[in-house]
Amino acid sequence: MKIHEYQAKALLREFGVAVPKGEVADTPAQARAIAERLGGRVVVKAQVHAGGRGKAGGIKVADDPQRAEQAAGQILGMMLKTPQTPPEGIRVRKVLVEEASAIERELYLSITLDRARATNVVMASQAGGMEIEEVAVKTPDKILREWAHPALGLADFQARRLTFGLGLAGESFKQGVALIRNLFTLYLAKDCSLVEINPLVVTKDGRVFALDAKLNFDDNALFRHKDIVELRDTNEEDPLDVEASKYGLNYIKLDGDVGCMVNGAGLAMATMDIVKLSGGEPANFLDVGGGASPEQIENAFRILSSDRNVKAVFINVFGGILRVDRLAEGIIAAVKKLGLTLPVVLRAEGTNVEQGKKMLADSGLALTMADDMADGAKKAVELAKRGDRK
Amino acid sequence: MPILVDRSTRVVVQGITGKEGAFHAARSKEYGTQVVGGVTPGKGGTTHEGFPVWNTVAEAVAKEGANCALIFVPPAAAADAIMEAAAAGVPLVICITEGIPVADMVRTKHFVMGTKSRLIGPNCPGVITPGQAKVGIMPGPIHKAGDVGVLSRSGTLTYEVVGQLTRRGIGQSTCVGIGGDPVNGTSFVDVLRLFNEDAGTRAIMMIGEIGGTAEEEAAAFIKSSVKKPVVGFICGQTAPPGRRMGHAGAIIAGGKGTAAEKMKALQDAGVTVVTSPADMGATVAKVIGA
Repeated sequence: MKIHEYQAKALLREFGVAVPKGEVADTPAQARAIAERLGGRVVVKAQVHAGGRGKAGGIKVADDPQRAEQAAGQILGMMLKTPQTPPEGIRVRKVLVEEASAIERELYLSITLDRARATNVVMASQAGGMEIEEVAVKTPDKILREWAHPALGLADFQARRLTFGLGLAGESFKQGVALIRNLFTLYLAKDCSLVEINPLVVTKDGRVFALDAKLNFDDNALFRHKDIVELRDTNEEDPLDVEASKYGLNYIKLDGDVGCMVNGAGLAMATMDIVKLSGGEPANFLDVGGGASPEQIENAFRILSSDRNVKAVFINVFGGILRVDRLAEGIIAAVKKLGLTLPVVLRAEGTNVEQGKKMLADSGLALTMADDMADGAKKAVELAKRGDRK
Repeated sequence: MPILVDRSTRVVVQGITGKEGAFHAARSKEYGTQVVGGVTPGKGGTTHEGFPVWNTVAEAVAKEGANCALIFVPPAAAADAIMEAAAAGVPLVICITEGIPVADMVRTKHFVMGTKSRLIGPNCPGVITPGQAKVGIMPGPIHKAGDVGVLSRSGTLTYEVVGQLTRRGIGQSTCVGIGGDPVNGTSFVDVLRLFNEDAGTRAIMMIGEIGGTAEEEAAAFIKSSVKKPVVGFICGQTAPPGRRMGHAGAIIAGGKGTAAEKMKALQDAGVTVVTSPADMGATVAKVIGA
């Protein structure tokens, strides 16, 4: 799960990680009031779940409260388009108004899981403010890494080593060490999957703080963080993804026209692949899971078919935990209730498959049966190309 | 001769009084696996659907000589269940549970590494040696005893390849699902090593997916050490970057972990890489001349 920068900074503050003074605004008038309270130059920053905001015109510096109001007026409501947003952009609903700082140096700091070592890694670099992936590829030696102990966490000497590596000295050094330690504490306490501070800045007067902040959370751990769940902003997600998540379905909308309904993530990915190899484009990733109930299948079907691009549905199920008869029950209920006219291709194998196929045959639904995965994909792609959706 | 599980495997099911635990304990027993009972803390001394229930894994080990733990405990308590099994000295711990927090698995993997136990999973279908023992949630009847070793990060996609193999009359020595989470116990490399040393395995079918570098590590190991033919498939060729494809581990992040990179690494290691998931069985047949 992702959150906004202003929410991330509130968490940083709570854990003793220094951030600029600032507040969030929904309207230009609020932005002006915040700028008045802060005094002096401010930065007005669009709050969307995407990077690259600066280049896209989502971050503006304002010298006084009146200009802050103007800047907020320009940014609020705009469709911000960056390389990380959908092509049409994301609507900006909030801006963060912060004090502008006299920056001396821009550094980079992040914490994430190193899968290969099965532990968390803290990464720091003097090359802040840039695309860190680029730095990693071109000059890997400019990125310092300290792997936390899986049970004991990050040791103080590791925080010091990183801070020395960032070239901090004196009072800035002390602040840097504390910041890294506190950030690591936050990372663990809130089950983060990523904490990225880019840039971490040193001001002309030697203060060290997080100028930007990106926090992602482990979805599997959200059950123990009700406070984090409350920070979710569904405006930033595709409405169909949001709808699917209500029913515990794993759905990701894509751009094609062949709807895919599959059990199991691996088979769902492979089904998308074979649709593409058969000359079609998958409309979605959908894993209905191992133990899907008829109700979940019904909801999956409804969500899938509410994507107007979908011209045909390919159901590819290999029943293990999921019994084919239960799947059939869900499909029949969904098609009848929704009055669906979409062509549906079914390929099913596994537990109770004969029973399930018989239920579907007896239901009178216009289903195209497929012998195997390749046959099903081919038939679904052909039906989608015919495109006779009513 | 299979790997990991066989006729001598004695399974204790953790979370046996749950719906899934009870269902699959019964299915595994039907298949012929020795399921000695289950563990649910607080329900020790009772029986559940014919299985004796203990309070601790240690009791199951002491009383019934359990040498394999199969875990269906819900995500919030599953990592603890893994540690309990490892602490009780169970040599093989197979965790089916999906959705365990990553932080729990980081600590738990470290804990297990300090014991003599091997962990398979979590978020996996389990392990089956056709005709001998089924320790997991896979449908038993699609399997057939034989000499092709199957390993995969995915559940149902494993059933898919097994179905394709069995339909062609090609049997499997052992099928191992290592799970789709970013931190898991046994890696591709660990299983490849076992298959490579197993006299009963003639060829290996490996199914990987996008995300992480486990397939690249497997490719390096295959190149340096595996003497048997390997067929590989990577799912997620059409997955967009930055989106988690169901499995917590299946995500292309920072331009890394793409299917193309993994397919190339496997090809360079001499693996016969299949592009279409429909061709997995046929390609294995061709490679072993069946």
